[in-house]
Amino acid sequence: MTEIAVIGGGLLGSAIGYGLARAGCQVTVLDEGDSAFRAARGNFGLVWVQGKGASSPPYAAWTRRSAALWPDFASELAERTRIDLQLAQPGGIEICLSEAEFEERRAKMEALAAQSTGFVFEMLGRNALAREMPGIGPDVVGGSWSPHDGHCDPLRLLRALQAGLRAHGGALCTEAGVSAIRREGAGYRLQGPDLHAERVVLAAGLGNAALAPQIGLAQTVRPVKGQILVTERLAPVLDRPTTHIRQTGDGTVMLGDSKEEVGFDVSSTAPVLAQIADRARRTFPALAQARIVRSWGALRVMTPDGLPIYDASASHPGCYAVACHSGVTLAAAHALDFAKAVAAGALPRELAPLSGERFDVQAA
Amino acid sequence: MFRRLDPPPETGNETGTVFWKGAPLEVMLGQSVAAALLEHGISTVRESAKSGAPRGPYCLMGACFECLVEIDGMPGRQACMVTVRAGMRLAPQRGAVALDTLGE
Repeated sequence: MTEIAVIGGGLLGSAIGYGLARAGCQVTVLDEGDSAFRAARGNFGLVWVQGKGASSPPYAAWTRRSAALWPDFASELAERTRIDLQLAQPGGIEICLSEAEFEERRAKMEALAAQSTGFVFEMLGRNALAREMPGIGPDVVGGSWSPHDGHCDPLRLLRALQAGLRAHGGALCTEAGVSAIRREGAGYRLQGPDLHAERVVLAAGLGNAALAPQIGLAQTVRPVKGQILVTERLAPVLDRPTTHIRQTGDGTVMLGDSKEEVGFDVSSTAPVLAQIADRARRTFPALAQARIVRSWGALRVMTPDGLPIYDASASHPGCYAVACHSGVTLAAAHALDFAKAVAAGALPRELAPLSGERFDVQAA
Repeated sequence: MFRRLDPPPETGNETGTVFWKGAPLEVMLGQSVAAALLEHGISTVRESAKSGAPRGPYCLMGACFECLVEIDGMPGRQACMVTVRAGMRLAPQRGAVALDTLGE
């Protein structure tokens, strides 16, 4: 018996669970276990604003809101758990390696700025960019710069959210995959862990596709693979993150941002890793001499339009379902604004446009 | 701490001199740099780039990156993955590799 069960122990479920416990709810977070496709264990760690939501003002605003909440969110979590999230928000850059990339980027950033009040960016040509990021290679044409961007250590974030959940009296159950959700009295019975909950938040990543219909919702999510390379620890060489390359607080440099539609496959593959390494080498030639110590593949949780889905069930009172692939960037908003609203019994009003109803085809 | 068992058949008994922090060591050739150092009782080969704590060869198969040393001026080499050659100049890896010190 628990007041609220959160199905999913990744960044989304852990952030919501932490936030609900912090808001005074009695929370149990259910984690499927090591057999799950853990996006939370494989991601890149950007707290990123630029370029997000050019087609969706509510998503752009929600992203900005979360990035703004991040400093206080991270320091409160660090104080509670003694885990330093290595948050830095020095502004970030997307590097462009051709004129075509540069112009496409400019158009996207201008579209975003046109509908996102207060969004700041600048397109930097090669010389201006070289002053911001010394060491760029001869192939770099320029880049987009925005002061809103940053990065953190996503593994520490996951660990801190789960420690914070416990510190606020919540419970985390592992090896607790939910196979079915049934009505029981005024609440719900979760089969698998065999738990009764008054309310349910479904945050099971790719697992939402099968579980959401059981609470009267449709969540269409598909896997999009990303592969990442990590170098040995290096002396500080990059002052700020880019969308493809960032130096972590421990000195390693992460290289990434491939996108592959290959189903439930998390293997790392030489051709894609070679492309990632080649782009990194063209961006910062000195990286060619760094040794790679690890590589991996992980699955993004992708919705049909790439935007998050926030649903409250009409047929199943007290049930919610959430899917997104911005678990790091949105962690602060999920732990604070989202959890506070759900604790009080509703979704945040500003998320209404991000309901899954936007995918419904109307009957003629 | 470590003692050599019978040399594997593909390893001859040829020896050579390498230099650890400038001091000559007589080592059996054909084995890894890490094994050669361990045979001489050298089990601390670097300082952690993060904490400065002493570290040494651990997995001996290229996975853990604990055995990093400087070999002939090249920092960050995995001692367990490099075959020892006569004349090698070996030194502890201190701190993180700086990219501008790398290169041919």
